Amino acid sequence: MLAAAIIIFREIIEAGLIVGIVLAVTQGVSYRGRWVSSGIIGGLLGACVVAFFAETLSSAMSGIGAELFNAGILAAAVCMLAWHNIWMARHGREMAASLRSVGHAVVSGSKSMSALAIVIGVAVLREGSEVVLFMYGIAAADGSGGKDVLLGSIIGLTSGILLTMLTYLGLVRIPPQRLFAVTGMVVAFMAAGMAAQCVFFLAQAGVLTKFGQTIWDTSWLLSDSSILGKIMHTLLGYTEQPSVMQFLVYIGTLTAILIASRLAAPPSRLPRNNHALAA
Amino acid sequence: MKLKTVRVMVAAVALFAMNSFSSAEGELKLQLTIKDHKFEPAELKIPANKAVILTVKNLDATPEEFESKSLKIEKVIAGGSEATLNIRPLGIGTYKFVGEFNEKTAQGQIVVE
Repeated sequence: MLAAAIIIFREIIEAGLIVGIVLAVTQGVSYRGRWVSSGIIGGLLGACVVAFFAETLSSAMSGIGAELFNAGILAAAVCMLAWHNIWMARHGREMAASLRSVGHAVVSGSKSMSALAIVIGVAVLREGSEVVLFMYGIAAADGSGGKDVLLGSIIGLTSGILLTMLTYLGLVRIPPQRLFAVTGMVVAFMAAGMAAQCVFFLAQAGVLTKFGQTIWDTSWLLSDSSILGKIMHTLLGYTEQPSVMQFLVYIGTLTAILIASRLAAPPSRLPRNNHALAA
Repeated sequence: MKLKTVRVMVAAVALFAMNSFSSAEGELKLQLTIKDHKFEPAELKIPANKAVILTVKNLDATPEEFESKSLKIEKVIAGGSEATLNIRPLGIGTYKFVGEFNEKTAQGQIVVE
C-alpha cells in the first residue's frame, strides 16, 4: 500500500507543483479556475490516450516515437512558460497594483492563461500516463492486492493535491508587489529544467548525442528519485547526473528567458501613478 | 504553410534519426529480458567506450519502465513488447538500472570494463 502511495505521489509531484505555481501566478485573473481545470482535465484525457497507445507510440518512428513525443511536449511547455514570463513582465505591474488597491485584480489575462493551461495539461499528461500504466500493471497482475493498491493510490493522489495547496498558499503569502517577481523567477527556472529534460529525451532517441558525457554526479547528495529530488527537479531542474549538453541548454534557456523578460518590461522611470491611468 | 513547415521538420528529424541508426556497424548488440518483474541477465558486461544497442524484451503481461540515471535512460516498455535502447559509449564503472514499476525485484547493472 505504502509503495503504491509513494510511487503515485512521486509521479504527480511535478504536476502538483506546477498547478500550485500557476494558481499563484494567475492571482486575480478572471476565469482562471476554468482555465486551470480545463488544463487538468485535458491532461488527464491525454494521459489515458497516451497510456492506451503506449506500445504504438513507443515503436513509432523506428522505436524513438515516445522520446520524440516527450521532447516535443516539453519543448512546447518551455515556449509557453517563456511566453508567459515575457507577458507578465509587460503586465505584471498593473496586475500587482490592482491586486494591492482592491484586493483582487480583474485582468483579462486570457491569452497568458491559455498558455498556462497548456503547461498544466502537458505536465498532467506526461506524469499521468505513467500513473495510468502503473495502475494498469497492478490491476492486470492479480486481484488480491488490488484494494490495498487502490488505497495507496488514493493516499498518493491526496498527498499530491495537498502539495498543490501548500505551494499555492505559500506563494500567495508573498506581498503582491513582490509576488510576480518571485513567481517569474520560479517559472524561468522551471522552464530551464524542462528544456534540459527535453535534451535528455533527444539524447535517448539518439537525435542529439553531442556533449552527452556526464558533467557531475550528485546522486550521493540528492537522488533524483527521492521526494525532495523530484521537487527540486521540477522547481530548479535538478538532475543528479546531467550531461554537458543538458547543462548548456539549461543555462541558455534561463538566460534567454530572463533577458527577454527584462527587455519586455515597460520602462521603470515612469512615475507610479501613471500605471493607474494606463490601466 | 505552417503544416508544411511541420512536415519538413518531422522529415528532417526522421532522416537525422535514421542516419544515426545506420551508423550502427561499430556498435555492440545485447539483449535482456524482463520476466516476473526481474531482469535476465541481471548483469551485463561490456567494454569501455563502445556504443551498445540494448534490446529489452518485456515478457510480462504488465508494462515496465526501464530507468537508469547513470545511463540516462527512462523508457516505458508495454507488456509483451520490446524496446531498443541506445547506450552511449561509457567509461569504466558500474551502471545500475531498475524497473521503476517494480523497483524491489527489477534491478540490474551494466559493468563496463
